[in-house]
Amino acid sequence: MPEYKAPQRDMMFVLNDVINVSELAELPGFEDATPDIVQGVIDEAAKIIENTIAPLNETGDREGCRFDNGTVTAPAGFKEAYQLYAESGWTGLDKSIDFGGQGLPYTLATAVTDMLSAGNDAFSLYPGLTNGACEALVEHGSQELQDIYLEKLTTGEWTGTMCLTEPQAGSDLSQVRTKAIDQNDGTYLVEGTKVFITGGEHDFVENIIHLVLARLPDAPAGVKGISMFLIPKFMINSDASLGERNPVVCASIEEKMGIHGSSTCVMNFENAVGYMIGNPNEGLRYMFTMMNLARLMVGLQGLGVAERATQGAIEYAKERKQATAINGGATIIHHPDVRRMLMTMKALTEGCRMVAYDTAKQYDISKAHPDASVRKTANDRVELMTPICKAFATDTGCEVASLGVQVLGGAGYIRESGMEQHMRDAKIFCIYEGTNAIQALDLVGRKMKLNLPQNFITEMAAKLEAESSNSELAFILEPMKIALELLDETTQWLIKAAQEDPQNPAAAAVEYLTLYSLLTHGYFWVIAAKAALIKQDDSFCQAKLATAQFFAAKILPRVHSLAPAIMSGAAVVMAAEEDGI
Amino acid sequence: MKILVGVKRVVDFNVRIQVKADGSGVATEGVKMSMNPFDEIAVEEALRLKEAGKAEEVIAITIGPKASQEQLRTALAMGADRAIHVETDEDVQPLTAARILKAITDKEEPKIVMLGKQAIDDDNNQTAQMLAALANWPQATFASKIDVDGDSANVTREIDAGLETLSIDLPAVISTDLRLNEPRYVKLPDIMKAKRKPIETFTIAELGIEPAAAVKVLKTSAPAARQAGIKVASVDELVAALKEKGLI
Repeated sequence: MPEYKAPQRDMMFVLNDVINVSELAELPGFEDATPDIVQGVIDEAAKIIENTIAPLNETGDREGCRFDNGTVTAPAGFKEAYQLYAESGWTGLDKSIDFGGQGLPYTLATAVTDMLSAGNDAFSLYPGLTNGACEALVEHGSQELQDIYLEKLTTGEWTGTMCLTEPQAGSDLSQVRTKAIDQNDGTYLVEGTKVFITGGEHDFVENIIHLVLARLPDAPAGVKGISMFLIPKFMINSDASLGERNPVVCASIEEKMGIHGSSTCVMNFENAVGYMIGNPNEGLRYMFTMMNLARLMVGLQGLGVAERATQGAIEYAKERKQATAINGGATIIHHPDVRRMLMTMKALTEGCRMVAYDTAKQYDISKAHPDASVRKTANDRVELMTPICKAFATDTGCEVASLGVQVLGGAGYIRESGMEQHMRDAKIFCIYEGTNAIQALDLVGRKMKLNLPQNFITEMAAKLEAESSNSELAFILEPMKIALELLDETTQWLIKAAQEDPQNPAAAAVEYLTLYSLLTHGYFWVIAAKAALIKQDDSFCQAKLATAQFFAAKILPRVHSLAPAIMSGAAVVMAAEEDGI
Repeated sequence: MKILVGVKRVVDFNVRIQVKADGSGVATEGVKMSMNPFDEIAVEEALRLKEAGKAEEVIAITIGPKASQEQLRTALAMGADRAIHVETDEDVQPLTAARILKAITDKEEPKIVMLGKQAIDDDNNQTAQMLAALANWPQATFASKIDVDGDSANVTREIDAGLETLSIDLPAVISTDLRLNEPRYVKLPDIMKAKRKPIETFTIAELGIEPAAAVKVLKTSAPAARQAGIKVASVDELVAALKEKGLI
């Protein structure tokens, strides 16, 4: 497997020239996020990830996690790498200084997670899930729970999980059956079985903190009767030392298609002692606090796997000699179809990076800006972009990983190349934290009701208009203008068609999300192309501009097949009789 | 005891070097720059001596453009106490660097000046030796092991014949080789702390130094592409081919 090298040039280009990260240092609380710190953080995170975590990607895949009588051992090297990563302070990058974090913007954490996911996607889940648990505790936990648990989760001394899924409650959490009984002493006894629990049990740290969805005996049915509980693997004594083992038991781990280094556990709560987070029956809302960040993180996993596959394919194509190309080139990178695949991989990957980093910046603005209306606008953008970051970036992960195998040909299908691992790893990103269809339904449903897609269409149109006099950008502005009209038309159709038959948006949601994502990518490619035009003598900027041109000419036209497909309606999808399918 | 450590900003060792189209030098625009790897080893060794109680203060010094402060910040994040930046946009030749280091040495009076044995950009491997001569101090170059004991040090050197151990009196100049240690990973909180550590800035003129102009760069060009080899069928043919080329 080729070594992972953090794409620092592209990361810095996106941070500086596309999203203008320096603006964050002007926000209260982010004064430290000056350009030298940004550069230092990226440099040093790249070093530790490239040298200690990325080399475990392939061995972690081959070795997998081992289960033995309730204990789980991660692949060799994971524990040491995790401890070095945590001790070096990386888990607390964007967490509150009050709890041992560094208080830096989430945008920087996003850049680090981009590298971590690309370096080792299975490994990235352990700190990734802990982030969600921290966020839920910060937002909804009592002062007491925060005081006991937040610092250790921030510093990575302990890890966290999200225990939502049960065998009968996957995408539909209204089916959650795990029970919680009030002991009237501030604790609850929780009983039930949770499945697909990432990091539910492992050997990195001395304590694991589970955030668990369960029902009180008198709770209403459905999602309005779900509460959230914090359940530690080991109880905490009053002097903060570890106490008794709580009866939270890992019953087994799953044998999976990919991400073998990540432990996916069946967790039995056998009257485990838990503490309620926030109020009764509001667990689902709290869960979404974790979930929204988790969805952005999964989007970064899609980006990461795409980046790694792209690096591997480019490296191979520059070395592999096979049939002299039409232009006389000896290596396969000169063959037009290989080049088409590589440019597709590059354009989609770099596009996902721009959308992800900009969404992260909006997230920081939504939290830190002094003006409430600015915060609201930024938060709207995060809400809109969350399903797009999650679903399109993970679809991209699969598309790009598959192309990566194709570029390598027969060699790509062989384990040793490392490319097939990316294909196997990438698929789960389209599934967990809400399948990509769930993301699409969120976009055409809740987000559409809030007018968020419509608002950003207006913003995109204004951007195209503002740049319209720049003739050097005509190559992308022209097709974007046509595509945007098509998106607007499709959006109007969806709103109308939803009233005629609710199946219409449901049947077209995934295609609509793809269409919307292509326009979003195009919007950022306009910004990237404009920045690249300034320094065309530099080979990076020359390639960036060429990639923008490739996007406009070869990827954006996908909208012309998507729009009519969306507007063909649900009837054609549902027409066949069930028995006949 | 103070240790002064030299830190140079160079093109990152992972970057494939490209020569500028006009032959005036190596392209650095938009290229990732890092601390010279041998200097990183020097910083690490100085910090280990401090952590072992053998030194009280580690001062990092660089000579170079404004942006070189990034590499000083790295040294500070690794654990150096403070830094000195001698700012210049000119190309600095080894003799100039040695003169500057001598001036700073006179000011700071360190017991050890620790330098990477060479910088990976020009690979000169001269500054440490020149500084030792200018200061009239002992030198121990290519160190792979350093034991400091009071006012002297035992330094194991990597030489062509293997290893050699020198006992030197301090103050001295030591240049570090690859196997001396493995530099630490910088901790994130230390990156933040480094921002608040002091960097003192001088110009070359302020130090009263006359830059050396002994070497003039006429032209920079990429090495010629390697010619494809040939296969020979026998030893005799090989010997004949070598003779024909005048190689034996």
